[in-house]
Amino acid sequence: MEKSLSEVENEVVDEFSMFDEWLDKYEYLISLGKSLGDYPEDKRTEDRLIKGCQSRVWLDYKIEDGKVVFNADSDAIITKGIISLLIKIYSGRRPDEIIASDFSVVDRIGLKENLSPTRANGLVSMIAKIKEVAAENL
Amino acid sequence: MDVSELRRLFPALERKIYGHDLIYFDNAATSQRPRQVIDEWNRITVMCNANIHRAVHLMSEEATAAYEDARESVRAFLNAESREEIVFTSGVTASVNLVAFSFGEAFITEGDEVIVAESEHHSDIVPWQMMCARKGAVLKVLPVDDSGRLMTEKLETLITDRTKILAVAHISNVLGIVNPVKDIVRICHDRGVAVLVDGAQGVVHAKVDVQDMGCDFYAFSGHKIYAAPGTGVLYGKRKLLDRMPPYMGGGEMVGTVRFSGTTYAPLPLKFEAGTQNFAGAATLKPALELASELVSDIKICSALDEARDFLMDDLMSDGRIRLYGVPENRADKIPLFSFAVDGVHHEDLALVLDKMGVAVRSGQMCAEPLMDRYGVTGMVRASLAPYNTLAEAEAFVKCLKKAVNMLS
Repeated sequence: MEKSLSEVENEVVDEFSMFDEWLDKYEYLISLGKSLGDYPEDKRTEDRLIKGCQSRVWLDYKIEDGKVVFNADSDAIITKGIISLLIKIYSGRRPDEIIASDFSVVDRIGLKENLSPTRANGLVSMIAKIKEVAAENL
Repeated sequence: MDVSELRRLFPALERKIYGHDLIYFDNAATSQRPRQVIDEWNRITVMCNANIHRAVHLMSEEATAAYEDARESVRAFLNAESREEIVFTSGVTASVNLVAFSFGEAFITEGDEVIVAESEHHSDIVPWQMMCARKGAVLKVLPVDDSGRLMTEKLETLITDRTKILAVAHISNVLGIVNPVKDIVRICHDRGVAVLVDGAQGVVHAKVDVQDMGCDFYAFSGHKIYAAPGTGVLYGKRKLLDRMPPYMGGGEMVGTVRFSGTTYAPLPLKFEAGTQNFAGAATLKPALELASELVSDIKICSALDEARDFLMDDLMSDGRIRLYGVPENRADKIPLFSFAVDGVHHEDLALVLDKMGVAVRSGQMCAEPLMDRYGVTGMVRASLAPYNTLAEAEAFVKCLKKAVNMLS
């Protein structure tokens, strides 16, 4: 049976907590970013750009079988890792599941406190954008 | 003094960052503070907390004395002719805004021209843009070349009969090159153009003598030279300051106030409206005493030169690193290195370095026009102070390579 969203969230928290050192956590984020699918050049558009990030982040999506499938890109590799982490959790989910999530996973992995303030703001913007997409496609 | 003695004066340098020894290479943004500065700030705040210049009671007298002693220290430090030429502000930004406004009111009319260098900090660009917009004046730009050198040979043609003032940094906060300010002043004065020098980086790394330099205005911030934040200085030639109207009204800047009209206090109080940051300003005295000692200490200076040369050689030998600000003569470079790494985002690099205990700056460094000039969205900047060591420079380079490998 398919895993529930909260199961996937718990998995990510577990995976992240395996690394004691923040440098290792960054390594993990970087590899996540690198494993993200190709992002087409023509979708690096202004309307897909997430506002509030110091580095540029584009988020694209399509609806498949009633589920939101996200893809993203960034010019900064750690930022790309962070959006990849969110995609790993929230891509392929129904809009109502995404809306129902409290996104506490982000706090549980301690990501916000370990980012620069500008990056932490960027993270908030990414989450807002994901929620917005879900709400528009309910 | 040797560097280890100096380091003991700065409590923050003993910090551990995520379990690593701190390598503080963000001194161009703000320097750490020594014990004598912290002690003086404490003394004024705790024991002499009374508003300056006004009351007759002892605590006020003591606070006033500390504030005015600091003014004398600044005068001596800059070798200004008189204490009337030393105005306390909240920093370079406030100093430049003051000059842009008050000089503008006194001397600028529609169609006049102001020149700023391409490598200026936003604080030495935006106040001039605001003044030009207000007065209908024109802002012109003195360019830098690919190496970061100011193209002063263009000054002759850039200056016209309408040029009234030129603003330039003593040392750019991005390029770390000592600009030929004395030559610039000479060229400008020959054509009747006043010169403001932004000394935010200059005061830390060069001996400053405003009479020798000849500039009309010189501005610096306290927090970059070991003093309290929110302190700053504007040196201005008396003959100009006298003719400039006040920037802000109220508080100690008045002579007499009547509804029929107000007269202003003599210099420098004319430009010091409202309760000043007297606790902060008082710390300029111990801070500048230390700074003067350091800038003429042979041991400290040669150790810092050694760290600079090591970093310069190392960064330039790495093909992935593009260093901005490489003067012909190495003596013109302060230990401040702004660079970009091919394929690596500046913010990623600063973030990973932070986790290794290394504090550097990343981004546009408040100099967007210069970022555009070099076609980058940002840079990483490592900037050293006299308390930094060659060993730290070596450790920084190791961390940098590790971070670049991780991110590329």
